[in-house]
Amino acid sequence: MNRTDKIFGIAALFDTPDAIINAAEKVTAAGYKKIDVNTPYPVHGMNKAMKLKPSKLGFITLFFGLSGAAFAMLFMFWAMSLEYPMIIGGKPFFSLPAFIPITFEVTVLLATLSTVIGMLTFFFNYPNNNHPLNGTAYIKAVAVDKFGICIEASDNKFDKDVIEQLLHHLGANEIETIYYPKDEVYPIFQPKYLMFLAATAIATSLVTYFVLNKLMFMDPFNWMMVQDKLIPQEKSEVFEDGFGMRKPVEGTVARGFIPYPFMGEPTPADVLSNPFLPTRENIELGKKKYLIYCSPCHGNYAEGDSRLRGQFPNPPTLHSVRSREMSDGMLYHIITNGQNIMPSYASQVTREERWAIVNYIRVLQRAKFARESDLQEIKKESAANVE
Amino acid sequence: MKIDYKIEPPVVEGRLSLSQIEELVAKPLETRPDKKFFIAIGISGTALLIGIICVAITLHYGIGMWGNNQPVGWGFGIVNFVFWVGIGHAGTLISAILFLLRQKWRTGIARFAEAMTIFAVICAGLFPILHTGRPWLGGYLFPYPNQHGLWINFTSPLIWDVFAVSTYFTVSLVFWYIGLIPDFASLRERTASKVKKIIYSIFSLGWRHSNRNWLHYEKAYLLLAGFATPLVLSVHTIVSFDFAVSIMPGWHTTIFPPYFVAGAIFSGFAMVVTVLIFVRKIFNLEHIITLNHFDKMNKVIMATGMMVGYAYAMEFFIAWYSGNPFEQFVIINRAFGPYAWAYWIMVTCNVVFPQLFWIKKFRRSIPVMLAIAILVNVGMWFERFVITVTSLHRDYLPSSWGYFTPTLYDIGILVGSFGLFFTLVILFTKTLPVVSISEVKAVAGGAQPSHHGGNH
Repeated sequence: MNRTDKIFGIAALFDTPDAIINAAEKVTAAGYKKIDVNTPYPVHGMNKAMKLKPSKLGFITLFFGLSGAAFAMLFMFWAMSLEYPMIIGGKPFFSLPAFIPITFEVTVLLATLSTVIGMLTFFFNYPNNNHPLNGTAYIKAVAVDKFGICIEASDNKFDKDVIEQLLHHLGANEIETIYYPKDEVYPIFQPKYLMFLAATAIATSLVTYFVLNKLMFMDPFNWMMVQDKLIPQEKSEVFEDGFGMRKPVEGTVARGFIPYPFMGEPTPADVLSNPFLPTRENIELGKKKYLIYCSPCHGNYAEGDSRLRGQFPNPPTLHSVRSREMSDGMLYHIITNGQNIMPSYASQVTREERWAIVNYIRVLQRAKFARESDLQEIKKESAANVE
Repeated sequence: MKIDYKIEPPVVEGRLSLSQIEELVAKPLETRPDKKFFIAIGISGTALLIGIICVAITLHYGIGMWGNNQPVGWGFGIVNFVFWVGIGHAGTLISAILFLLRQKWRTGIARFAEAMTIFAVICAGLFPILHTGRPWLGGYLFPYPNQHGLWINFTSPLIWDVFAVSTYFTVSLVFWYIGLIPDFASLRERTASKVKKIIYSIFSLGWRHSNRNWLHYEKAYLLLAGFATPLVLSVHTIVSFDFAVSIMPGWHTTIFPPYFVAGAIFSGFAMVVTVLIFVRKIFNLEHIITLNHFDKMNKVIMATGMMVGYAYAMEFFIAWYSGNPFEQFVIINRAFGPYAWAYWIMVTCNVVFPQLFWIKKFRRSIPVMLAIAILVNVGMWFERFVITVTSLHRDYLPSSWGYFTPTLYDIGILVGSFGLFFTLVILFTKTLPVVSISEVKAVAGGAQPSHHGGNH
């Protein structure tokens, strides 16, 4: 037998909603407090018949809903304004309109979950499959289409015979006495249970180890450590020659490297003429580049006084008549093309810089062979400076 | 003809008794699946498998397998996300808003619509997560204390989306489960199988149809409906914020939130009609899901369809009225540019065809409503496509204009999402009661006391 002999209560079944309303009213009027009505769906008017007070569930909802709103708003204020303040999209640190959506969602989430969990646990004491009524023919009937009322033995006025008479009088179809079920015992230290615990522990450890130490390093979870791209000098599977780095297309001209058409010719064409005016900026640029690239051999003042101490043959002075009478184009051609043992400087010095060097060389030559008019100018200038 | 509108037609037809209702609803759960079931799940499972393969390839090679690239950075990923979230909205509307409006006819279809909500949100959630490229790092989307001392950007619409969709899913699931508890208890008492009895006992939590429980239960249902109603409106509002908060012409409009919500209900009802037509036929639920139900749902489809049509017209009006040349360009480009075909599919399916529902005969004709509902679903998918793609493909910089073409993988994942949705729906019809047993019993003829006065 699955039950004890202790009586939980007496239950009666009725056929129609009208009958159960009537029964509930009469039983309540007779002064019974510990009664319950079981119906397949909520029957209108039953709460009034049983004299039940309205549900207080709403207070849980209200409390948790307001807590959710306050928590969300305060948390976002703290995170965005105090903990890690950052201006995003020009919004202020405390951006109320932008905080509204999340505040609303958190409010709804907390209110709903607390209502449901509060109702099931706090109000209903669920899960409770071991309730005396569960598993009885009475519950089986009220789950389909019957309407039942149950008077519990814990009621002060409980008297089995009187209640059965009352229920008969109200027109009950079946009357059933409900007994308490036996207490179920769950022995913990069974070998079966201990084996189950051990198996669970081992399986959990293995899965955890696998996930953290193996799975996270497998494709595609490998945190982008393996990427389908070529790094410099790597072999390519795509191109036939296997080079990952590609040469530019034949005839490609790099920016700022327009080819020089007179390479290797002894004398430049007459078309080469200086495109730059000897402005202060241009001459400053020429001076800078001359001192870097030209002065080691030609000397700081173009006098052919090399600083290389014989490691490389000294070039002739640039103040010679031949040099002074050379056209700008010729000087440019020599820098670009090289001359005798002087190599080409085309790869180190850009076109603009080469012309600027030519201008600077002219300045040096003019300084060495100044005219009377130049001295007049200098005097004028220094006099102006003294004043 | 004089009709007395005070007398409502009976919600449950055929004078079914309470036990007959239960018998009818519980039958699919107690019989072995037949050939039709396996054919159906074979088709949906194939679609799902196609999707799984495409997702696996996407995860292996990366998001580059998809068609989205500059300038259309939001392709199918966002289109499908918005589409599926929208489908879900009908469920909450039926279960929550119609509950608050005391529409008794909702009981026959509420359970099914709620289930569709949950499945649709699952499908929707996949797309943004896949679009991130590394879905297993999705936890970074939630605020959690970390060693960088960094928090997510709470002012970003994309984070609002995370909160809205996850809250929506949780609340829908809880709402659904609360409705299922009494049915689990009924099934627990019905079943002869020992395994089923254990499962139903666990999920019924020991429910015993007690009136002391019904008292709180009804209150909880009301409270949940009260919260789900603004929630469902907020979810698609926030989804529309993804677009509206940006400064793209064609997206940056204040009409987006109501326009999106109307569109969501529109497409959701169309999907509910589409699926219920089959469920009703296959499981012989003609008396519980009646033509009156479809009639009412078709009226909702027509009404929301006209709201959507109004929004399309208003976009043109505002483009002209605002005098903003960028806005004007986008709207004209939408209707007459390279994506004009998509725009006109959208307008025809969403605005023109639902007008047929003005005629009562069409509202109550199964083939006509099936055709229109499918067309509406197509149209609503194209609406999201038009919004997302046409605004992006010609942006402020004419040198970067382009034409978005989806790849095979885009289409495969879309097919897969339909496969997932219908697989879940088909499994649902065989594992859980597709109609709320206790709720339908409560509205059946003679279920409530006769002397009971008042109206509630």
